[in-house]
Amino acid sequence: MVSEAKKKATEDRLSALTLPQGNGWLDAARKDALGRLRAVGLPAKRDEYWRFTDPSALVATAPAVEGAQAAADPFAELDPFVITVDGDAITVPDGAPEGLEIDTLRAASAVDIHWVRDVYGTHEAAGSRPVLRPLAMLNTAYATDGLLLRVKGAVARPVAIRYTPGTDPILHHVVKLEPGASLVLLESGTSGDRSNHVLEADLADDASFHHLRIQGPDDLRHVNTHVFAGLSARSVLKSFTLSANGALTRNEAVIEMTGDDGSATVAGAAFGRGAFHHDDTVFVTHDALNCESRQVFKKVLRDGATGVFQGKILVKEGAQKTDGYQISQSLLLDDDSVFLAKPELEIYADDVACSHGSTTGAIDETALFYLRSRGVSKRDATDMLVLSFLAEALDEIEDEALREHVTARLAGWLAEH
Amino acid sequence: MLKIENLHVKLEEEDKQILKGIDLHVPYGEVHAIMGPNGSGKSTLSYVLSGRDGYEVTEGSAQLEGEDLLDLEPEERAAAGLFLAFQYPVEIPGVGNMTFLRTAVNAQRKARGEEELSAGDFLKAVRAKAKTLKIDSEMLKRPVNVGFSGGEKKRNEILQMAMLEPKMCILDETDSGLDVDAMKLVSEGVNALRGPDRGFLVITHYQRLLDHIKPDVVHIMANGRIVKSGGPELALEVETNGYGDIIGEVA
Ligand SMILES: Nc1ncnc2c1ncn2[C@@H]1O[C@H](COP(=O)(O)OP(=O)(O)O)[C@@H](O)[C@H]1O
Ligand SMILES: [Mg+2]
Repeated sequence: MVSEAKKKATEDRLSALTLPQGNGWLDAARKDALGRLRAVGLPAKRDEYWRFTDPSALVATAPAVEGAQAAADPFAELDPFVITVDGDAITVPDGAPEGLEIDTLRAASAVDIHWVRDVYGTHEAAGSRPVLRPLAMLNTAYATDGLLLRVKGAVARPVAIRYTPGTDPILHHVVKLEPGASLVLLESGTSGDRSNHVLEADLADDASFHHLRIQGPDDLRHVNTHVFAGLSARSVLKSFTLSANGALTRNEAVIEMTGDDGSATVAGAAFGRGAFHHDDTVFVTHDALNCESRQVFKKVLRDGATGVFQGKILVKEGAQKTDGYQISQSLLLDDDSVFLAKPELEIYADDVACSHGSTTGAIDETALFYLRSRGVSKRDATDMLVLSFLAEALDEIEDEALREHVTARLAGWLAEH
Repeated sequence: MLKIENLHVKLEEEDKQILKGIDLHVPYGEVHAIMGPNGSGKSTLSYVLSGRDGYEVTEGSAQLEGEDLLDLEPEERAAAGLFLAFQYPVEIPGVGNMTFLRTAVNAQRKARGEEELSAGDFLKAVRAKAKTLKIDSEMLKRPVNVGFSGGEKKRNEILQMAMLEPKMCILDETDSGLDVDAMKLVSEGVNALRGPDRGFLVITHYQRLLDHIKPDVVHIMANGRIVKSGGPELALEVETNGYGDIIGEVA
């Protein structure tokens, strides 16, 4: 039963949007998502999984604040193949890397037959059970555009999606990796004062998808993202997000492991101050043999900032030899900041190894004194210890060059404060 | 160089007096040793001088080259030329040893209005100094003190000291946990820094270290006070008779 208040909030929001026109197959997918959304309504503060994060700014008919800023491209030095997204206007340059077919949702909506038809909205719909993801349903219904990447081989050059701010964009990307294919996808920049992003990743057998995202370092954005990934046999997913500042960030990752011997890592490092509210909500489902999953999240909070982690490992019946790991940790730089964690394990198989942990701590005074006694200022010493704290999450970025690159960006942003 | 007068220190959180009137003067170019039983306040003295939180000075003063130390932040004391080799060096995961050293060296240079060392010059200097302390490049790359053996940690302290070139060096039980070879390396590292412009305060339990680092003066500390001072022969006396006689004599 959807309450009247929720119904009204949902209809208010929808009345401010227009369902994009397209060909039959996409229309059907949009209407299906819209139907699912209307049946449950947009999230409200008392919904489970929204108790720690007030969704009103994400649900309201218009963004609450203006002033999203473009930032320098943090990946420029890596020389990726750059696709720019200005608000929701996508520009794909010529010369896509070998093994990669790039299209846009807008272009695909004009054709009758398209590979994305079998993927668009499917992982999102699957990922809305058992936990509702109404903002993703809204996205599937109303996305004005998105990148469609079909990966047919080992793509050597990383692909970067570079956002610059537009008006309240709703973007829906799909990445389909064929058997044995691999891709490194980078995302950076801010696409609007408020934005709603969905990324669906479909990994066939032996595929490998590395996803590295940098959010920030602008202060004002309200961001809501979902990554839905389906993993077939022996496929590997690594998704890492660095979040710097921002007003409200809700990053959800929903991972379904349906093929044996797969491996999935979802990790993140976040830091912010003051009104900063950062929420990682992760759901990993093991529905195959001998799969490994890791959730590693670290947050540094100061001046009254709030961090949230809601992480679940669900091991379905028969998913033997599952190795599931989950850790969430926060470093509070003062007494006003808070970290709220909801770690969950639900296990229906008997031969599994799952562990989870969550910690909240302050700066190590002994370490701080040690650094200062060598002449390092209190501020720089604190920054070093913040980096030291986040390092364990950054270690989840497998590629050393990428890891060092992201660490250097992070160090630079910390020093700017 | 270092002048401590009538220093009284209690714990900030508790009503516990730890230092009960320390007077100590280390002139330029001299090496002073402090010996004393466990719990007599040796580490506390080194922490109070370098500015660690948690202690309250209730009386007395400490000056480095005429400048009052006790009002300064720890990093200001370092920039003024004070260095403490920790009894228990701290592990800092995720921060490279080399990065840490370079940040420290340049922070001090900047605080003193000197130019920062270039990456090349820094690297050259570290490599040369690390070599004499038998610290390999692997250790330089690793996170600060993480996975280091006891001896490696102490050698790493001496490397930091050699790079920072402080005026006043305090070594808190740098010899504890060292085997004979490591003790020689550390002593050689210290002796290489001895000079007319530098003072040393060497805290130790054992005569052993003082065979290698010859002190000018030896102080015996007990129960928050310096109970006896003398020449190197005082350390030998402790070695053969223990502290009992000396402390007993005074009491
Ligand atoms: N932070 C502290 N909290 C509680 N007791 C302390 C603290 N620091 C020192 N002490 C106490 O002060 C005394 C002197 O300690 P310390 O300076 O470490 O002696 P030493 O280095 O000579 O062995 C001991 O009794 C020790 O327990
Ligand atoms: Mg001690």
